[in-house]
Amino acid sequence: MPPTTSPESMTFPFQRQCPFAPPPEYDRLRAGEPVAKVPMALGGSAWLVTRYEDVRTVLSSPAFSADGTRPGFPRILPGQAQILERPPFIRMDPPQHGFYRRMIIQEFTHKRIKTMRPAIQAAVDRLLDDLLAGPRPVDLVEAFALPVPSLVICELLGVPYDDHEFFQSRSRAALTRASTAEQFATALGELRAYMDGLITRKQQDPGDDLMSRLVTDHLEPVGELGRDELVMMCLMLLNAGHETTVNMISLGTMALLEHPDQLAALRSDPELLPGTVEELLRYLSIADFVTARIAAEDTELGGAAIRAGDGVIALLAAADWDPGAFPEPERFDVHRGKRHHVAFGYGVHQCIGQNLARMELEIAFSSLFERIPTLRLAASADELPYKHGTLLYGVHELPVTW
Amino acid sequence: MRITADTSVCISAGMCVLTVPEVFDQSDDDGLVTVLLPDPPKDLHGAVAQAVRLCPSRAIAISRE
Repeated sequence: MPPTTSPESMTFPFQRQCPFAPPPEYDRLRAGEPVAKVPMALGGSAWLVTRYEDVRTVLSSPAFSADGTRPGFPRILPGQAQILERPPFIRMDPPQHGFYRRMIIQEFTHKRIKTMRPAIQAAVDRLLDDLLAGPRPVDLVEAFALPVPSLVICELLGVPYDDHEFFQSRSRAALTRASTAEQFATALGELRAYMDGLITRKQQDPGDDLMSRLVTDHLEPVGELGRDELVMMCLMLLNAGHETTVNMISLGTMALLEHPDQLAALRSDPELLPGTVEELLRYLSIADFVTARIAAEDTELGGAAIRAGDGVIALLAAADWDPGAFPEPERFDVHRGKRHHVAFGYGVHQCIGQNLARMELEIAFSSLFERIPTLRLAASADELPYKHGTLLYGVHELPVTW
Repeated sequence: MRITADTSVCISAGMCVLTVPEVFDQSDDDGLVTVLLPDPPKDLHGAVAQAVRLCPSRAIAISRE
């Protein structure tokens, strides 16, 4: 299939046309020019990588740096430069990256995550009680998809959930392309001040939570963590903890409702639940272009000559819809039984919270469809407000009834 | 089969534990990979090979078939 749109006429990011599928440009690029230089909406250009194996190469090779302080690092959001000046460890290379990541990995092991299961199930049950007792139709994002991960990450970090309206509204402002650099700066400043205040409270009265342990073990006695660094790390965890999962719960529910045969298969065999979650992660790949990189040296990839300093974006949704890695990628198939998708990234930066996310999604979907077996959309899928201008793809509102 | 693990590059993504919990675990102290069965039974070889391919930081390897 020859490319029908020349790269020169494209500006990145592209817009998704169907609620679930990646932008159609990805297929055309993968078939015609799998590593293609395109103009960025905020100026400059970057190489887009659309083949599965090439995406894994970019995300695991030291030739491609995640260091956000390098000049020319690709930007998606107008205010992003303010974060990239002093980025959290997701925008650092080894060995610094490992130094910070290792402060928190023991908080996210399978064993630790399992101890959280009863509390997550209880939170989900409570939210569904309230939802069932309330009016119909209801916005599933507001009533369920957002509070589930927000409650979980607040509990884990030690952030008071009562403050959720404050930090959710500022996170939204910080993660949308609609915000100007000034609006981004305001939101980020407020979030920083909030976290800084919370750190002071943890210093005075530490609790049994991740933030308190970072304060006690890394900030105070040895000073290996600067206060600004701790603020950014906590903000990153708070954001990553709920801004991703909310979209997976809402869009995932929608994908299941729009594929009734697949939902029926899941209902008749609960053993399919883990595989269904993996397939939803692949199919939706909501963090598509979070994985920006910059070439650290001259290198060759997929026939393209990449120069040191060039921006590179390893497109996760393009990799997860590569027919070479996933035959018939457009088919949503709960029986696919594959876990080699890159929805959580790949390489040393692969999502630290992925197993917590898997558990949240399993509990959310199984409980939702068990408690409300007649759940259905209360609006046409074509008319819903999708998150086209944000860093993470999703849906702003999902009206449902039963 | 002989499995080796390099904790100096492990990032604790946990893909190995998810794929073959009989063979891999994560340390309670630092969260890094531990190998429970360095020479697993034959019926687990396929899953171990998959875990090696899924590991995002190439921390585990099969040193001998």
